[in-house]
Amino acid sequence: MSKQAQHWEKTRNHLFVTLAIWFVFSIGIFFFGAEMEASNFRPFGYPLSYYMTCQGSLAIFVILIFWFANRQEKIDEEFGYTERGDD
Amino acid sequence: MIKGKFIDNLPKVYGIYTGGFLVFIILMAIAEQAGMSAKLIGIFFVTFTVGIYAIIGYLSRTLQLDAYYVAGRQVPTVFNGMATAADWMSGASFVAMAGGIYFKGYGYMALLVGWTGGYVLVASLLAPYLRKFGCYTVPDFIGTRYGGNLARVSAVLVLTVASFTYVTAQINATGTIASVALDIPFGIAVYVGLASILICSMLGGMRAVTWTQVAQYIVLIIAYLLPVFWISNKMGAGFFPHFMLADEVARIAELESQFGLGSVKNSAADLATVPKGLAGITKAHSEVNTTPWKFISLAVCMMAGTASLPHVMMRYFTTPSVKTARRSVGWSLFFIFLLYSSAPMLATLSKLSLMDPNLSTGIIGKSISDVQNIDWYQNWNQANLMFVSDFNGNGTLELNEFFMGGKAVVLATPEIAGLPYVISGLVAAGGMAAAMSTADGLVLAIANALSHDLYYKIIDPKAETAKRLIVARVLLVLIGFAGATIAALEIQGILGSVIWAFDFAMSGLFFPLVLGVWWKRANAPGAVAGMLVGLAVGTWYLIHVRTGGTPIWGVTQLTFGIHGALASLVAMVVVSLATKAPDAATQRMVDEVRVPSGKTVLGKQH
Repeated sequence: MSKQAQHWEKTRNHLFVTLAIWFVFSIGIFFFGAEMEASNFRPFGYPLSYYMTCQGSLAIFVILIFWFANRQEKIDEEFGYTERGDD
Repeated sequence: MIKGKFIDNLPKVYGIYTGGFLVFIILMAIAEQAGMSAKLIGIFFVTFTVGIYAIIGYLSRTLQLDAYYVAGRQVPTVFNGMATAADWMSGASFVAMAGGIYFKGYGYMALLVGWTGGYVLVASLLAPYLRKFGCYTVPDFIGTRYGGNLARVSAVLVLTVASFTYVTAQINATGTIASVALDIPFGIAVYVGLASILICSMLGGMRAVTWTQVAQYIVLIIAYLLPVFWISNKMGAGFFPHFMLADEVARIAELESQFGLGSVKNSAADLATVPKGLAGITKAHSEVNTTPWKFISLAVCMMAGTASLPHVMMRYFTTPSVKTARRSVGWSLFFIFLLYSSAPMLATLSKLSLMDPNLSTGIIGKSISDVQNIDWYQNWNQANLMFVSDFNGNGTLELNEFFMGGKAVVLATPEIAGLPYVISGLVAAGGMAAAMSTADGLVLAIANALSHDLYYKIIDPKAETAKRLIVARVLLVLIGFAGATIAALEIQGILGSVIWAFDFAMSGLFFPLVLGVWWKRANAPGAVAGMLVGLAVGTWYLIHVRTGGTPIWGVTQLTFGIHGALASLVAMVVVSLATKAPDAATQRMVDEVRVPSGKTVLGKQH
């Protein structure tokens, strides 16, 4: 397999992992709105369903994007595809 | 004071700007103490901030193509994040979101999840690849990747439908705020708003819009966060409201049952006396009040729509590299998160201060005549945003007898909580900044697509730079005027048309964009079929539901993008497989896009 094909395979796998995490927190947990509301796990004292929609999922998305960008940069570096001349 | 290149001095420039703005707020506060009228403070806030944007717009004027279309591709990561956040957060986010949460609770929160989750799709599926492509506009990518004028024109069509639906709502919002703050009729205020929008974008295109959007973000985030923190501290609800309002949320639930939420229903005859556009509290504040499918379908539409809306995507064309484009998406969402996570807190504080009889601001349970004598009640009643009526004739204001407009949560809460008027002036400036920045991005997206993709690429490919830039500016003004004219008719609410715009964008553009990068086999006939069938099916379904047709799979007029995008996917895959695979040159181009390093696919100037 060529270098480029290997790079693309890694990139694609990284995408699938990222989208799986995204799916859980944007779609998956909201199948269980009622269960989350009844849950005893209450972040900062808020009902879990309320917390996830106000802050939880939103904050996870922010972290997820930075994590995604960092790992993708490592993949690009590994194959020598890093752009020159940027900070 | 400022030496060297502008780009190297950005932190300093915007630091001074922020400091200057804070000094201006303090000066206004002093002026208020000295007896300046509320009206004058509002006028000062709006004209001062809009004046600054106009100066930035003028200083950023340019005669170069890549500065006009993509800000010279040198906007640093964090600043592009701020500009995108301002571009993204519209008048609806700023003025209407907290109100939506206040009235509709959990069911409405699907919008927050969708409008943030969409950025994960932007970062992972599209932004870095479109940056590597080096296009000026979104149809530029479609046109080059698939080849052929038909694909390009179809993309321009979808882009125009979606963005135009969106932009009328934003010009409407600038008009609303300008008419309240400057005390002029709405029909004129719309054009005042339009003039301010055009000043920011006409001379400098994307470059001017970028630097005004950063300035607008700073104003709008200060204007949103300052009142939230202040009210929370004043009420003793918590020093850092985001982590400390659990007791208040629980208290609202307690008061809801005490005041008989849901058990006392208003008769149709009583409701008919309530002014149009106002609503009472009918849904529990924190309860799960909708079905999973309703929540998820709305969130999915907003996410896919986010990844397809051209005015957001084109912001990532302005970063210096692929790597910075990717990071910049993270910063964008961070800056958006600051406001979005505060909106539910504002809704909570607003509702509690009105409901809790233990607080001096609480009005539920007080006598109707007392409430009608409160200054702020009279002000907002006059502005047609508040209404009480003694339906049961017992002389006391019950929960079901109090009505409010959605905008009042953001606009009126500072006054209700007893904050000085200077804060209300600040909030007006913030709302203006939010609506203007989004309108700027959208008008520019449409005008650029028409001038670059339709005029230059198809009608007159030999046009010289000067002529191209004149055409771009003329189109900008024309589109602005068309938007303002439709906005002045006030056909539709702000939030409704914003959601429609997402559904239109998702119906026509989501799969053609994503598959353009991720599926090499996708070809021009497939893409054209995807865009046109998606748009047609989405539009058909919207009309079908609006005219009383039976919903299919519980999809409403707010989520019609589900059917549009599905039809688009099916059409695109079927037609692509039934026709010839793309030629070797196109396949190589896709390979090239997938690698971050090396030259962009399209040249620096094209």
